[in-house]
Amino acid sequence: MAEQLLRAAPELAVASAMPARARALSGPHGPRPRRRFSRRNVFIYGTLALVAVYYLLPLYVMVVTSLKGMPEIRLGNIFSPPVEITFEPWIKAWSTACTGLNCDGLSRGFWNSVMITVPSVFLSISIASINGYALANWRFKGAEVFFTVLVVGAFIPYQVMLYPVVIVLREIGLYGSLWGLVLVHTIFGMPILTLLFRNYFASLPEELFKAARVDGAGFWTIYLRIMLPMSLPIFVVAIILQVTGIWNDFLFGVVYTKPDTYPMTVQLNNIVNAVQGVKEYNVNMAATLLTGLVPLVIYFISGKLFVRGIAAGAVKG
Amino acid sequence: MRYRLTTAAFAASVVFGAAGSASATDLEVTHWWTSGGEAAAVAELAKAFDATGNKWVDGAIAGSGDIARPIMIGRITGGDPMGATQFNHGRQAEELVQAGLMRDFTELAQKEGWTKFIHPKSLLDGCTLDGKIYCVPVNIHSQQWLWLSNKAFADAGVAVPKNWDEFVAAAPALEKAGIVPLAIGQQPWQTTLAFQVILVALAGPETFQKVFGDKDATLAAGAEMAKVFAAADQARQMSARSNVQEWNQATSMVINGKAGGQIMGDWAQGEFQVAGQVAGKDYTCLPGLGVNEIISTGGDAFYFPKQTDPEKAKAQEALASVMLSPATQVAFNLKKGSLPVRGDVDLNAANDCMKKGLEILAKGNIIPAPDQLMSADGVTQINDLFVEFFANKELSPQDAQKRFAEIIAAAD
Amino acid sequence: MTPTYQGRPFSLFRNLNAKIASIPMILTALVIFVGGTAWTVFYSFTNSKLLPRASFVGFDQYERLWATPRWLVAVENLAIYGVCTLVFSLVIGFVLAALMDQKIRFENTFRTIFLYPFALSFIVTGLAWQWILNPNFGIQQVVRNLGWESFTFDPLYNADIVIYGILIAGLWQGTGLIMCLMLAGLRGIDGDIWKAARVDGIPTWKTYVFIVIPMMRPVLVTTLVIIASGIVKVYDLVVAQTSGGPGIASEVPAKYVYNYMFLAQNLGQGFAASTMMLLSVVIVIVPWAYLEFARRRRHG
Repeated sequence: MAEQLLRAAPELAVASAMPARARALSGPHGPRPRRRFSRRNVFIYGTLALVAVYYLLPLYVMVVTSLKGMPEIRLGNIFSPPVEITFEPWIKAWSTACTGLNCDGLSRGFWNSVMITVPSVFLSISIASINGYALANWRFKGAEVFFTVLVVGAFIPYQVMLYPVVIVLREIGLYGSLWGLVLVHTIFGMPILTLLFRNYFASLPEELFKAARVDGAGFWTIYLRIMLPMSLPIFVVAIILQVTGIWNDFLFGVVYTKPDTYPMTVQLNNIVNAVQGVKEYNVNMAATLLTGLVPLVIYFISGKLFVRGIAAGAVKG
Repeated sequence: MRYRLTTAAFAASVVFGAAGSASATDLEVTHWWTSGGEAAAVAELAKAFDATGNKWVDGAIAGSGDIARPIMIGRITGGDPMGATQFNHGRQAEELVQAGLMRDFTELAQKEGWTKFIHPKSLLDGCTLDGKIYCVPVNIHSQQWLWLSNKAFADAGVAVPKNWDEFVAAAPALEKAGIVPLAIGQQPWQTTLAFQVILVALAGPETFQKVFGDKDATLAAGAEMAKVFAAADQARQMSARSNVQEWNQATSMVINGKAGGQIMGDWAQGEFQVAGQVAGKDYTCLPGLGVNEIISTGGDAFYFPKQTDPEKAKAQEALASVMLSPATQVAFNLKKGSLPVRGDVDLNAANDCMKKGLEILAKGNIIPAPDQLMSADGVTQINDLFVEFFANKELSPQDAQKRFAEIIAAAD
Repeated sequence: MTPTYQGRPFSLFRNLNAKIASIPMILTALVIFVGGTAWTVFYSFTNSKLLPRASFVGFDQYERLWATPRWLVAVENLAIYGVCTLVFSLVIGFVLAALMDQKIRFENTFRTIFLYPFALSFIVTGLAWQWILNPNFGIQQVVRNLGWESFTFDPLYNADIVIYGILIAGLWQGTGLIMCLMLAGLRGIDGDIWKAARVDGIPTWKTYVFIVIPMMRPVLVTTLVIIASGIVKVYDLVVAQTSGGPGIASEVPAKYVYNYMFLAQNLGQGFAASTMMLLSVVIVIVPWAYLEFARRRRHG
């Protein structure tokens, strides 16, 4: 028994130092392992590094390709770094790549995407957070039924709902307008967001809510004064999820907008698929990176908050 | 009743959207012409339209009609119609017309005498429903062409073939020289196109008409068609190593001499032109695969969804008539590599291949395009079959023919 | 958390504000999800072409659907893709999370690397991997240039394995998020559990499998919802990577639905396929949701 314990010591030493719940969400704090090059460390870092290469490979290939000229792409392999760095593809992707007669690249789409994303994110999060709050703290009969329907709705492919949504939008006269698109994003963002908010609000200490009730605070007061100030982490998660999702959306953007208001993803598709002569892989990669830049930056900046928030929204059921 | 509602709803949204328009009327025109030659041709249309004092707002959607059409249909049925939109004329827009969503141009057509100069007449028939004209044909596209790279055959040390059989016979030599004998893109319609072209060339126009027009399933399952499937099987082997998606990538393989040939419509010619190649010298064209010199007369047409803003409606009329004007017809079709819809324009500038096409057209050796004969549903099923056939070597010609006959039997 | 007044007689005006606040959710659930579904099912029994038309043809569309090779390929692909995604996402996500939880250095860096693909759309993911898996430029060519001439790795051009080519890209995009969720779950486990396990001399892997994982149930549920909803919806990735090819080998149901509704202008057929997808979702999800909520109500 003792022998066994000794043999398993490194693992157990770590295990015993598992952070206590209170500190849990801010990461592990235990003492660093003393022996740097133990077999265990080599295994852990080796595996992580290997997996990291797999994850970084596409980004590396995209960046490298976008900095090469076409002749170099045809000759070399995709992993070799550019011999001659050129920013031409980036400039072309941003401002001069053509689709049909429009030769202004992605630049137009950028602001369109901003105009679509900002109101959609705001509206969808407002509604979903209130839903989640009502579901967690003010349960009424039937609420769970609607919620179940909503969660099942998360599994319905958007393509299936495209036609009914066209009809609904047509009947309420919002088809083709920006608000129609905002409404669509709000509807299809609702299932997952509501689930996250509901879980988060349910994980807040019940006493707070009870005390406020005793003080005579009502539905909206509690939401605005107590719940909102405590919910930064989950709002960060929701904002990140929605900005990414809406910015990356192609299907709704293409069906519910016009050429003047095409979001960036639609223009990306146009640039990539509008092959005039030879396929310009470098321009395609630059355009791809430019389109992904906004969500990428958001992730790089707020990655830590995201993880913390997701912990809060997902851990408690 | 439902469609009354539709019209009312989109009336509202159009009024809404038009509030901010400038004095020259903007007209949004959607199409899927995004390859080099196509874009140059569209620019001609836009130039002519802008010259009328209006403004062409370009709504190009990339990735072929298969991607663009759903978006166009969604917008028209959703009540957010564009000013004008491309369709392949024939049956693609049939139901939109029946639902009263498209504008009737009979009056303008009578005033300008479309019936007198549009040739062949079948083009206007494709636009006509219950005696009314709903679309403007802008070009004639024929599919029955085999484009050959003179360079590829020179590299392989064989003569440029003069018909399909010679081409098949030259394939091993091409293979030996590291050249893909036949380039076919992976998009489903391209494989169907190749099959149909082989069908017309080897089995003749009557068989084509009976199978696609009259949906004769017995004929489709018969010995005559078995020959066609055997030839398609050869084409499949010859194209086994062409790893490209888009048709113009396949064309560019022919341009570069990496592929011996491509079965493609006459729009491929636009790509040869953009690359600065000369018909007869750099590339060779064989209408009807050099066997049966017959071409189909499908093409592109513009439809005009109903608008409530009278300014937009006026701009639509201006666009319709400018598209058919002799000058536009010549300029547009020269760039696009297609044939004009007017029998009365002068095409001196046409190259050898276009002249061949014009001759065949003048002789009247024409057949309708599949889009005019069969519903989109039937066409899609056939596309599915052939894209699978060309990619999956385990699907035998016999099995494919059996499935083909079943689709024909059920199609409308 | 259960409000103390639960169980009192139901009244329409109880929690009135909460009900008003839930109107958007109720409308979405009823009008869009239930209404849209009912509408779709209804018209799947018609022969609607480009526009919905109430002319009934019974089960014709379903008979045709299940006789169509393209649909059968799509269903088979979804099954393979679904099972693999589920298994690999959970396993890779959990293993990575467990490794990240060993008090390692550079945790933030690793986490950012694993998570960033999630910021990219499926269109971007598909294009990037299409490029890497391209036999003329990508991995295959690079390995051949190194001297291994016969090396073949062209999943996107080989009908037998194309779905795994898509899987590689799908996992790349999605496992980072799963890892984050799992990590959050692991951090939520009380440290005392580990102490107790050590005192009892239970090996680490056993502690993970028999003690920690069962305790992570809520995280696993959220994770499952996220993974599974992504599986059914897979569409953009296929379109961007292979357009369903070679041939029809990488067809998926969502693409079949879209193509038949809009491309083939055969709404009836598209709706029949949609209904089959919905049916499979309902068969899997509803019993689970029922059990899940019943359990929660008991536990309060």
